[in-house]
Parts: sequence; structure tokens; C-alpha cells
Amino acid sequence: MLIKRADDLKPSEITPESLYYNRREWIRMASAALGGMAFGSLVWQDTISAPCQEYKPKAKGPYDTDEKLNSYKDITTYNNYYEFGTDKSDPAENSGPFKPKPWTVAVEGHVKKPATYNLEDLIKPFKLEDRIYRMRCVEAWSMVIPWLGFPLGDLIKRLEPTSKAKYVAFETVFRPEQMVGQRRPYLRWPYVEGLRMDEAMSPLTLMATGLYGKELPNQNGAPLRLVVPWKYGYKGIKSIVKIKFVDNEPPTTWNIAAPDEYGFYSNVNPEVDHPRWSQKTERRIGEFRKRPTLMFNGYAEHVAGMYAGMDMKKNY
Amino acid sequence: MTQTVFVRKILKPVVFLLCLLPISLLAYDFFTDNLSANPLDDITDTTGTWTLRFIVITLCVTPVRRLTKWAPAGKFRRLLGLYAFFYGSLHFMTYLYFDKFFEWEEILPDIPKRPFITVGFASLVLMIPLALTSTDRITKWMGGKKWNALHRLIYVTAIGGVIHYLWLVKADTSRPLTYGAIVAVLLGYRLWVYLAPKIASLRMKQKSVSPQTERGQLAP
Repeated sequence: MLIKRADDLKPSEITPESLYYNRREWIRMASAALGGMAFGSLVWQDTISAPCQEYKPKAKGPYDTDEKLNSYKDITTYNNYYEFGTDKSDPAENSGPFKPKPWTVAVEGHVKKPATYNLEDLIKPFKLEDRIYRMRCVEAWSMVIPWLGFPLGDLIKRLEPTSKAKYVAFETVFRPEQMVGQRRPYLRWPYVEGLRMDEAMSPLTLMATGLYGKELPNQNGAPLRLVVPWKYGYKGIKSIVKIKFVDNEPPTTWNIAAPDEYGFYSNVNPEVDHPRWSQKTERRIGEFRKRPTLMFNGYAEHVAGMYAGMDMKKNY
Repeated sequence: MTQTVFVRKILKPVVFLLCLLPISLLAYDFFTDNLSANPLDDITDTTGTWTLRFIVITLCVTPVRRLTKWAPAGKFRRLLGLYAFFYGSLHFMTYLYFDKFFEWEEILPDIPKRPFITVGFASLVLMIPLALTSTDRITKWMGGKKWNALHRLIYVTAIGGVIHYLWLVKADTSRPLTYGAIVAVLLGYRLWVYLAPKIASLRMKQKSVSPQTERGQLAP
């Protein structure tokens, strides 16, 4: 896949990824606090010799956060992708056999151009851009991830949905022979997700094909995934093979699994707890103290208007 | 060397040190940065898992002793049970510190509000009297019958531990249910030991033979 990117950056803006690492800092502090000074300095050495994957963030866009990025290692080894297993380490360990190429995406439903597209053809018209977003998992942890992708809205405009299209439904590939998690029925496969049309058209909603300026690794949803930064992470459906324009609210996998815990909207909301745990705070991966969770994950100014007058406690 | 001396001087210290292996490996992985991107959650998960494992191992002692007829097995029950309490306390500390930063105004409402925390907390609290009455002197002072009755609380803790685990997972219940099945077998064994003589005596009665008086002892 050709990755086109903005080349409006100066060499001075190039930041080695090791500088983004902050996890080791507090591990070092913790070891020092426990009197393990020798251990601490060993760990510090490790930081210095850690492979520096250079990432070149472009000039800050209107939706980008300038918070410290999580490392490539954190983003690609700590994943919820149940198709590859339920442990956070499973996707990185089990997704090796997965083949994201060649790839086709079926476009169906109330749309003027229904067809099965080769992925290359589908994304060719769009210029890929970096988007640095917060990602808030429903399990109360979060990361800052530099995605590479294009706005879903741009794709939808080209596909020309009809006036009947009120929602967009997405579907993940079903390949139990390559995805070990799909051999067990703890969720109903294939994974499905959906957005209301206005949510899908929001300039924040991204179709991601990469992160850290590189192609998406399998464990992060290669080759094509959704990123909806003001919603809990599970809305970001991975390895998409179908986009369907529908007139009614489409079913979503976690809502099917536990309707009282996961709703269709799944907007990040510190005031609506998960029935079993609080959503008021979150642990940013790499940090020790928890931080307060922000309404709409900090994107309220861009998205709150879409939910004006809606009872967020009912429409969780 | 007699078997008693071997058990006391060699086997027990070895088991004691083996029981420290999970926490040692966890500490090693932490300081060498071999845990996941979320090491605090790893510590919480690992200490919780080992609490349940040590409860299960402790519950295995009596059946193993009865089935193998190797009496010294019983010598390990207190050691293993105290380790269950040790890992359970560490697990609770991770909740208090890493999750709540000792903010009591957060913790106190949280315990009754979240069912999986309520059950986990109750299970740990029920281990406190068992740990406190684990010395030889107190055991003697209480007398075997009372001591045995009190220590049956571990059955409740085991069930509570499984429920705590079951209620915290998101979708994949296979691991908590596996622990549930093991606990069910271990408690079922005790029920059977308790009931078998009663059933036998009932049968005897039906055959109008003089009733058996032997009763099954329900040992923790």
C-alpha cells in the first residue's frame, strides 16, 4: 500500500520515539523508592538503548492533542482484539498468520455505488493524514495514538448514500482459521459496529490504515479500521470488510453480548458508570496516578452538539 | 533422617520458598520492564489469580491426605492457607493503592456499590479469622471441633473468590468457570465424605438393622 503523507515538516520537528517513553521513568522511580538503585539504573540503560523508531509528527491539526504519545511498543502490544484472544498480549502474539492483503471491502445498502472494492481503489482518492487522538477503553485505561488515515465522511461522500441511509453498519472479517479467538463463541462473530450518519460524517471520525506513520499492524486492526475518538475503544471496529448504509440502528457486538452494559452510542462519559465499575477516572498507559475522564473523551466542543437534548444515561 | 524431620526441615522450607516464586517473578518482571504496557493492572491480576490458586491448593490438602493416606500432607495446610491470605492481602493493597490511591472517600462507597468488589472484599475478610487462629497455641486453646468449624469459612471464601472473578470479566468466562469447576469438585468431595456414611446408615435402617452411629467428619 502506498502511504501518502504531508511533507510539511522540518527536521527539527523529528522526535525520537524514546523521548515519548515515560513509563520507564516511573518504573525507575519505583525501583529507586524501593531501594533498588542498581536495578533502577539498569532499567534506565535499557531506555537509552531502546530502538529509536523515528516518528515525524506533522504540524498540529485542529483535532490533534498535543499530549505525550504512547510508545509504538505500548500501542502494538497492549490490545483488545478478541478475534485474536482475550488477553491484552494475545493480539500481538496471535495475529502473525493473519493476511491483511489482498483485501476487499463490500459497500452495500442505501448507496448509489454499491460494490466490492479493492482496498487500494477504495482509499486511493484520499490523502492520508496523521491524527493524534486520545483512545479511551471502556476498561478505564487510555492511550494517545498517532493514527494515519482519512475522514470516513470523505469516503461516504464519494459512495453517495441515498436519503434512506440513516446509519452506517460495519463488519469485521470472519476468518477463524487465521483468528484464533473466532473459534470460540464468547462474542457473536463476526464483530459488528455502527454509527449514526451524523456521527459517521463528523470530521473527527477516521478510517485508519496506519499508526506512527506506518501501516497498521495486524493486532491494531489491519488493514482498515474505524477510529471514533469520543467513544469507547470498542466502537473502533477493526479489519473492516463491509460497510452498509441502513435506515435503522444496526446491531453492535458488545450491545448484543451485554445490553445493560454497552449501548449503541458508547460515548465516553465520566458521569455514566459502567454497571460494574466507575468511568470517572482512567489510567493513561505509562502513568501511575489515574486522571479524570473527560466528557466525550475531551472532544465535547466538536461532538456534543450531536447529542443535544438526548438523555445520555438512557442512551449510553 | 525420619520422615517427620525430612518434612519439617527440608520439604516445608522448600515449599515455603516455592510459594514466594509468583511474587518474586512478578517483581522481577516489573523491574526489568517485562510486564505489559499496564504493569499496575498486571500486578493486580497476578496477585488475584494466585490468591485463588492458593485457596484451591489449600483445599486440595485434605483430599490428597485422605486419598494418598500420606499423613504429613496435612503439615502444609497452614502454610498454604497463609499464603492464600498473603496474596489476597497484596491483591487488596493493589486495589487500595493503584486503583484508589488510598482515597477512603472513594473506597468506602465503592466496596458495597460494586458487587464484584463486595464479594472479593468479603472473601478476604473471612480469611482474617482463619489467619489469626492459625497458631498451634490458639488451635489447641480452641479445640479441634471449634477450630474445624471456624476454618470451614474457607469454603465460603473459595466460592466468593470464584464469583469475584466471574463478575469482573467482560465476555470470556472460561477461566473463572474453570476455577469454579475445581472448587466445586473439592467442595463436592467434602460433601460426599460427610454424606456417604449418613446415606449408608439410612440404608442400614431401611434394612432394619441397628443404625450406624459413625459420622463423617467434615475437615477443612
